[in-house]
Amino acid sequence: MPAPSQHGSPAVRPAAVSAHGWGWRHAGRTRPAVHALDLDIRPGERVLLLGPSGAGKSTLLHALAGVLGDADDDGEAAESDESGSLLVDGAPPRSRRGRAGLMQQDPETQVVLSRVGDDVAFGAENLAVPRDDIWTRVHEALADVGLSHLSLDHPTSALSGGQKQRLALAGILAMRPGLILLDEPTANLDPAGVLEVRDAVARCLDKTGATLVVVEHRVGVWKDLVDRIVVLQPGSASDPAVLLDGPPDTVLEGAREMLKTAGVWVPGYVPATRHRTAASPADGDLLLAADNLAVSRERPRRSRFRKIPPVPVQEGIAAQVISGQALAITGPNGAGKSTFALTLGGLLAPVAGTVGAEPRLGQGAGPDPYRWKAEQLIERIGTVFQEPEHQFVTGRVLDELQFGPRHLGHGAERVDELLERLRLTGLVGANPYTLSGGEKRRLSVATVLAASPRVLILDEPTFGQDANTWAELASFLTELLDTGTAVVSVTHDAEFTAALGGAELRLSAPERVAP
Amino acid sequence: MSTAAIKKTTSRSWRVVDIVVAALIAIAGGIIFWAWSQGAAAVSAPMNAVYPPLTGLLAGGWMIPAVLGMLIIRKPGAALFCETIAATGELFMGSQYGASVLFSGFVQGLGAEIIFAIFVYRKFNLPVSLLAGAGAGLFCGLNDSFAPWGWNIAYSGGDKLAYIVFTAISGAVIAGALSWIATRGLARTGVLASFASRKAASEPAFS
Amino acid sequence: MRQELNLSGGTAVLTRANPLSKFAAVFLVTLVLALSIDWVSASVALACELLLFPLAGLTLTLLWQRGWPLILAAAVGGWSTSILAADSGRTLIDVGIWTMSEGSLETGAGFLLRGLAIALPAVLLMSCTDPTDLADALAQKARLPHRFVLGTLAAMRLVGLMAEEWQTIGMARRARGVGSRGSVGQRIKATLGQSFGLLVQAIRRASRLAVTMEARGFGGGERTWARESTFSALDVWVVAGGALISGLAVTAAVSAGTWNMVWLGQ
Repeated sequence: MPAPSQHGSPAVRPAAVSAHGWGWRHAGRTRPAVHALDLDIRPGERVLLLGPSGAGKSTLLHALAGVLGDADDDGEAAESDESGSLLVDGAPPRSRRGRAGLMQQDPETQVVLSRVGDDVAFGAENLAVPRDDIWTRVHEALADVGLSHLSLDHPTSALSGGQKQRLALAGILAMRPGLILLDEPTANLDPAGVLEVRDAVARCLDKTGATLVVVEHRVGVWKDLVDRIVVLQPGSASDPAVLLDGPPDTVLEGAREMLKTAGVWVPGYVPATRHRTAASPADGDLLLAADNLAVSRERPRRSRFRKIPPVPVQEGIAAQVISGQALAITGPNGAGKSTFALTLGGLLAPVAGTVGAEPRLGQGAGPDPYRWKAEQLIERIGTVFQEPEHQFVTGRVLDELQFGPRHLGHGAERVDELLERLRLTGLVGANPYTLSGGEKRRLSVATVLAASPRVLILDEPTFGQDANTWAELASFLTELLDTGTAVVSVTHDAEFTAALGGAELRLSAPERVAP
Repeated sequence: MSTAAIKKTTSRSWRVVDIVVAALIAIAGGIIFWAWSQGAAAVSAPMNAVYPPLTGLLAGGWMIPAVLGMLIIRKPGAALFCETIAATGELFMGSQYGASVLFSGFVQGLGAEIIFAIFVYRKFNLPVSLLAGAGAGLFCGLNDSFAPWGWNIAYSGGDKLAYIVFTAISGAVIAGALSWIATRGLARTGVLASFASRKAASEPAFS
Repeated sequence: MRQELNLSGGTAVLTRANPLSKFAAVFLVTLVLALSIDWVSASVALACELLLFPLAGLTLTLLWQRGWPLILAAAVGGWSTSILAADSGRTLIDVGIWTMSEGSLETGAGFLLRGLAIALPAVLLMSCTDPTDLADALAQKARLPHRFVLGTLAAMRLVGLMAEEWQTIGMARRARGVGSRGSVGQRIKATLGQSFGLLVQAIRRASRLAVTMEARGFGGGERTWARESTFSALDVWVVAGGALISGLAVTAAVSAGTWNMVWLGQ
């Protein structure tokens, strides 16, 4: 059992969870998200929820947080449906405001207000805690998550992803909840941020003794912190919603293969990927080079009669992109990796220095990718953004794939091959925005490749992906490399870099320290 | 196993998600128009030089939040709320109209709101959207021409009339039609899952 | 991009005043100036406003860098007014639909100055008003419904993020072959597509933010306020200052004989 509170603050009473035959169907859907769930969680227990996408893990967390339901309806059959019972401390979660605190994946939406102190105070205010008590709680919560060095009016927009999630945790702690719910809290963070958040959660649990339910694909991060793993499966009339339930080691041992098949990152597992066959990197052709390059997302400021160049986030970058070779751009957050990739891809103008395309890549369009027309760009350099949705330009998967080739006046000969190869054939009629995370990632790679660029640039292609999509992507890229395409990836993922091989360009953190 | 449909909140009252989404639509609308107006100078400058009331034809862009907000949220007050918030956002970014932009926003929102209210907040099809856009445009034109802070207060009568006709047309086409098309597109992406407008894409355009 | 949207005045005197009193003062000045189009009242108000800038932590350099679109807009307004306002006095220009006379030129010039004198106090107001303080004042002092005020405040925090996302979506679409350079028609089409992309992200983000807020107990009836919105002696000065500027402007214009109520015709 967790240790009682230190610092003399009153320990919270940990919450109990019990679900009996609980099910939920979202408004407008035909299939339930969760079906017939039976689960009891004792006060103070720490549970890791696993399962394939579609198993209803997030739905369960939302329900426990009391934020599920309440969809707008017009009285037709589209209403949401609940069955069975789901109780926190013996009462429906909605009636237990403040008993549970929820943290979601996207750090930007876990922060509510623009000053650190106000943000932590927000939950306590809503629970009508007296003003003086609120500030006591705020200071204590900030100390617990390791952010007490920040002043209360520090702007929340200046925090890193990991800091934002720790701030969200502080906001949750200030409500003194008995149940802490974490929905993939570290999926959008770099490795340093992941540990930051995990350790803060561990400290707070040791101090408060609250019950924990966490959903996360990367089991290794949470394995040592939880004392129970529950594996869910998409519910149906014949199968129970809980597939496996037990202590971490037992479950991971017994279900290792099953979990791997479901794409869960079980500890110590690196999915097998295809190896490169045409491994003679020395004879590639130089396609694109960066020379003494300085980069920034800001545009030059026009002030009266002259242009003031922006302050670069990174300068003096030199790199060579060679056909059939991989280049990994690595380094800490804030080092300008993505900005460099965007500049290399002809999407941002260099602040200083040059990005130069060799004639064999430029093919009459000139040496400066930033000056190329959009149609010229996509058949020379393809860039896959971190967020696939940013690149969707049509309302149908098939149109999405044919968009590039049509623009170029090509036939769509590659489209069928890409559909097949990236397992999108069954989805051709779907709206791209409605796909799952893994499907969106595969589609975004396919759409860029449909224009047959000779250089492919990917920004954090493996972020938040399950092991299956990860392996597929890595294998596919090795094939692409073998056919002579140059692959540049911005990544924190050392295993991915290793799977592709090739050179690494490590950018260092900027010298200026954020205020 | 007991099955109970979740008790729905009275569909006229605003949930937290309605408020936050409406506010962000208004703010995103402000950003879009801000970005747009940086490039639109190429269009509006010649209009101004030739016949200033012609700029009324661009006014519909300001009224998108009113119509779009209502088409998505489908709650009484959505047009008024979104347009007022959009104006507040503009005030924060630095508006050429000063604090009077708040009143303009309120009045434009009111123009759209009245139309939706006439249809008792039950119809959100293309004709109603066009009317709502025109209503917002009409009120915008009236405000600009007759309110003391209006920019066209010193125009002579015929020019004021021309301007008002232009803003109403612009409101119907830019704010009305575009918002209606955008709502259908948004419904197809699944982001409207928690709103009654989630079915907008399959609703008939005219009934 | 975030900085361009932020006019923060830091620790200047006026940042400590209650936003409601600042709004009251600005509304008063705006209303009074709106009542007349004449260069005297506008110039007097403009001069007073410029004197107040240091109190809001603004410098003229900063104003010039951020405020030139306002000046340009006011100039355009002056131009259109001078060619369209009712003519009087000697005709200066007469080319088809364009006519500019001494009378309409004077109206146009007054209009230009008035536009600036109305726009500037809003810049002044916003540069020394924190959105959070404004929301606190609106909910606690003006008694607006707190769910709407705080819901909007939380959404406003995402404005910088949305502005960045707008830029990112533009680049992401170029990487798909959608050109944002080209003819006006092409650019409009590209902007519409980009706007749609931004809207999808805005609604997704807002929905998640709403869940975060509800999960922190937001949306119920009773709530306390960690920051109390208060009035102080400074607020009396702020409102009195607004009244003084309005009074000076009217007195000057009336005694110079230029006061000219907008509804009473020119």
